[in-house]
Amino acid sequence: MTAELHEELTDPNADQLDHGAASSRPLKSRISEPQPRGAKVHGNRPIDQSEAANRFIAATEHEAMHDARLWDLRQKRDKEMHGIEEWEELRDLASGIKEHTLSKLDYYLELFEKNATANGIKVHWAKDGAEHNAIVLDILRKKGVERLIKSKSMLTEECGFRHFMAENNVEVIETDLGERIQQLDDEAPSHVVVPAVHKLRTDVAGVFAKTIGSDPDNADAHYLTECQREATRPLILSAQAGMTGGNFVVAETGTFVVCTNEGNADLSANTPSLHIASIGIEKLIPGLDDLAVFVRLLSRSALGSPITQYTSHFRGPREGGEMHVVLVDNGRSERLGMEKFWRGLKCIRCGACMNTCPVFRRSGGLSYGATYAGPIGLIIDPTFNVHKYRNLPYSSTLNGSCTNVCPVKINIHEQIADWRKTLAGEGEISPVKKVMMKAAGEVLASPVVYRASLPLGRSALRHLPHFMLYNKLNTWGRKRDIPETPKQTFNEWYRKNRKQQAEGGKS
Amino acid sequence: MSGSREAILEAIRKNHIQGDRARPNVPLFDQAAPADLKELFQKSLERMGGKLLTPDAADPMAPVRQAIVKAGPVLSCVPEFEGDMKVTPQTKPTDIALVEYAVLRAAFGVAETGSLCFTEKQLLVNTTGFLPQHLIILLDPAQIVYNLHNAYQRPEWTQAHYAVFQSGPSATADIEGVLVHGAQGVRSLSVLFHPAS
Amino acid sequence: MKVGLFVPCYVDMFHPETGIATLELLERFGLSVEYPVDQTCCGQPMTNTGCEREAAKTEELFVRNFEKYDYIVTPSGSCTNQVRHNMTAIEESDAVKHVRSRTYELVEFLHDVLKVDAFPWAEFPHRVALHNNCNTLRNLRIASMTERREEPFSKPKALLKMVKGIEFADLTRPDECCGFGGTFSVFEEGVSAKMGQDKVTDQLKSGAEYVTSSDSSCMMHQEGCARRMGANLKYIHIAQILNGARA
Ligand code: SF4
Repeated sequence: MTAELHEELTDPNADQLDHGAASSRPLKSRISEPQPRGAKVHGNRPIDQSEAANRFIAATEHEAMHDARLWDLRQKRDKEMHGIEEWEELRDLASGIKEHTLSKLDYYLELFEKNATANGIKVHWAKDGAEHNAIVLDILRKKGVERLIKSKSMLTEECGFRHFMAENNVEVIETDLGERIQQLDDEAPSHVVVPAVHKLRTDVAGVFAKTIGSDPDNADAHYLTECQREATRPLILSAQAGMTGGNFVVAETGTFVVCTNEGNADLSANTPSLHIASIGIEKLIPGLDDLAVFVRLLSRSALGSPITQYTSHFRGPREGGEMHVVLVDNGRSERLGMEKFWRGLKCIRCGACMNTCPVFRRSGGLSYGATYAGPIGLIIDPTFNVHKYRNLPYSSTLNGSCTNVCPVKINIHEQIADWRKTLAGEGEISPVKKVMMKAAGEVLASPVVYRASLPLGRSALRHLPHFMLYNKLNTWGRKRDIPETPKQTFNEWYRKNRKQQAEGGKS
Repeated sequence: MSGSREAILEAIRKNHIQGDRARPNVPLFDQAAPADLKELFQKSLERMGGKLLTPDAADPMAPVRQAIVKAGPVLSCVPEFEGDMKVTPQTKPTDIALVEYAVLRAAFGVAETGSLCFTEKQLLVNTTGFLPQHLIILLDPAQIVYNLHNAYQRPEWTQAHYAVFQSGPSATADIEGVLVHGAQGVRSLSVLFHPAS
Repeated sequence: MKVGLFVPCYVDMFHPETGIATLELLERFGLSVEYPVDQTCCGQPMTNTGCEREAAKTEELFVRNFEKYDYIVTPSGSCTNQVRHNMTAIEESDAVKHVRSRTYELVEFLHDVLKVDAFPWAEFPHRVALHNNCNTLRNLRIASMTERREEPFSKPKALLKMVKGIEFADLTRPDECCGFGGTFSVFEEGVSAKMGQDKVTDQLKSGAEYVTSSDSSCMMHQEGCARRMGANLKYIHIAQILNGARA
């Protein structure tokens, strides 16, 4: 199989072109290293994100590539931002439009339904993932579909769609390269925009060698991409149905919009005569004026490219074709009623918060053990399963970078802090944290007890104060030196050197 | 099924968000638009990985012919150019997979992003936009709008069932960020400024 | 103007020199400064972990200690953020409101309230990398952030520029979090340490001799990483530089 390459790309010294999801400078892993796998999932037990993160960090080649790649996307995003004078105004508009739409969501959903139906689209409603899967299966069965091609959709991940279809003997072919890699490796996507970003080229070569028969020793990205194009095309041409997600749904025109870089949504939608789109109910926006704001922000925020290579608008079936839209709730209407957390519904899944998150970049998306990883995951995963995902809001330093890159201005880091409060309030907090904080609260409430707890003057006991060490694991000292304790505290110095004031300052 | 529809709408109404959240007015942000949009369009197109062909006043279709360098069927969807193939009422969407080059006319272009808009009217069969290996596109410079706000004022959105902005060729960088053109859609995309007759 | 000095627990215990420099610096401007000796903490460890109820008594104590002052000043932006934005475990009485709105991080206090325009006593002939704590940067808005399209500004830098002989070292990721994150540094130790090591590496690459910040907590974490890595970097609180420390 020979790779047929675009001329610019055959020259290894040429500059990287600055679009698609491309990195702005060449990154290349140096050695092959076994791929660290994601979080260990044990039924409903709380996910231990830091355990998986530590394994990712230990795979130094993977961690370094992942961090550099996503940081580069963040910098490309910054560059785009500086090119657009009205950037912050666009973010305000995007946030305002989403909040407006969510405040009248029932109205806009019905408006969309009316307009889409008038144009020949069949609109379905699913309250959860199971109903979504059943609706789609029913449509496919009626048409005798055995093979379905689909483009990337986080919603179908939420619904466990692929596994359901496999059980029901429908072959599902992912057509996005990253998603296809993940499908062939039987792994979930690790990032909402770049699903295989945690893999090195050698990992991909290994997966393709096993599944589509590529040369196991050839880890060239061009070669591997060409292999999947060649392997997938016949499947695309013979599929009887195509499936896409939807990035935006325009109520006033009955249009849904799908953004891709590969053109795989267009392929999936237009090649077979049956097109099914699965769309979350929060994707609604009122009109075309509003759409412009989001199309301008999406790819710039996600990848630092001005627009995705393909922005596709579907308003009705083509001649002789059939088009279905399945509107899926799956917990969204309930989230709307959560005073502190409904704003998460504004999310347009651009992934900018993941790219900027210092914890995500060092942990890999699979460490979160949930459909949504990174900052946005921390604030929506607990709405799906509060017990299983109760530790995730702690996988953050609350640094707030996410909030400030978010194109729809979701107060992500405040919500992470609010989740901690909510979880602790509901008793969904690990016993170690609970015991430690209870003790800390008591010690710090009393100046006398507090002073007595300090490791003063006893240089042999150079450790953190007891309230930081209540758990038996002194994790501080594993990779960091512990600060030396000086001869006297500030408090002691003050009592000695500012005697008079010390008397006056007593409460 | 209709039970779920009512249940979802009911839940939304019950969980109504408090406070007045008026719909914002979206400006066009086009005060800074240059009079001649061709230059900006070209810059954006090239940024997205597309190519602009140099016009030839004496022989307007010469640049198209010269751009066809690989062997294989050429499908023309425009009256200006004679290809090897035409779309007929019998053409199936999958037939387009054989095409090496397709020659199309864009409905309009967007200078901000180098995007070309196609609807079923220009594509004839929707798959002509992405199943061929390469695209050569005629664009009337009078049909270039400044930015996406202007683009969404156009009439196409309420006339067509399918409309796509194609901005450069198909691209992926899913493996270590290395850019590769032609992941699933077209491998290259060239544009010739050519007024509509 | 009566100023109450809040010296956060870390500073009290591990970096008394920072507390002393803050006190002396404020006294240089002729302010009457008092340090209520019965103070402990602002409640951040508990609030940060979500344990709001457990923070209530500590917050009460804080208010009792500081309600009598016109301003409360502290050499920590992250504690200031806690008091100003997150001290919500107790009822919002007038005293609580007063304390919350009058608590200032040292740099903001010098820059915005005292509007200091010279530190004639200060000289620091070294190459310095500046670190902004994330709360201080993004919640107190002590400087512009790279995530936003805004006019660049930096209050700590504006003050440091008045120090004779100082030279600035530029980091490649100037406002990337260093991984301290309060209790994060203990609960998520692996990621925290990796972020700290990356920060130290960036500081080393910048050619800095010193790192300075208006937050001791981040620096304690960074210094811990730097020592373990054998990195030749020194950490000094901005209060010390502004108060005239030479090294
Ligand atoms: S939360 Fe904001 S930044 Fe993160 S994916 Fe959603 S829209 Fe993008």
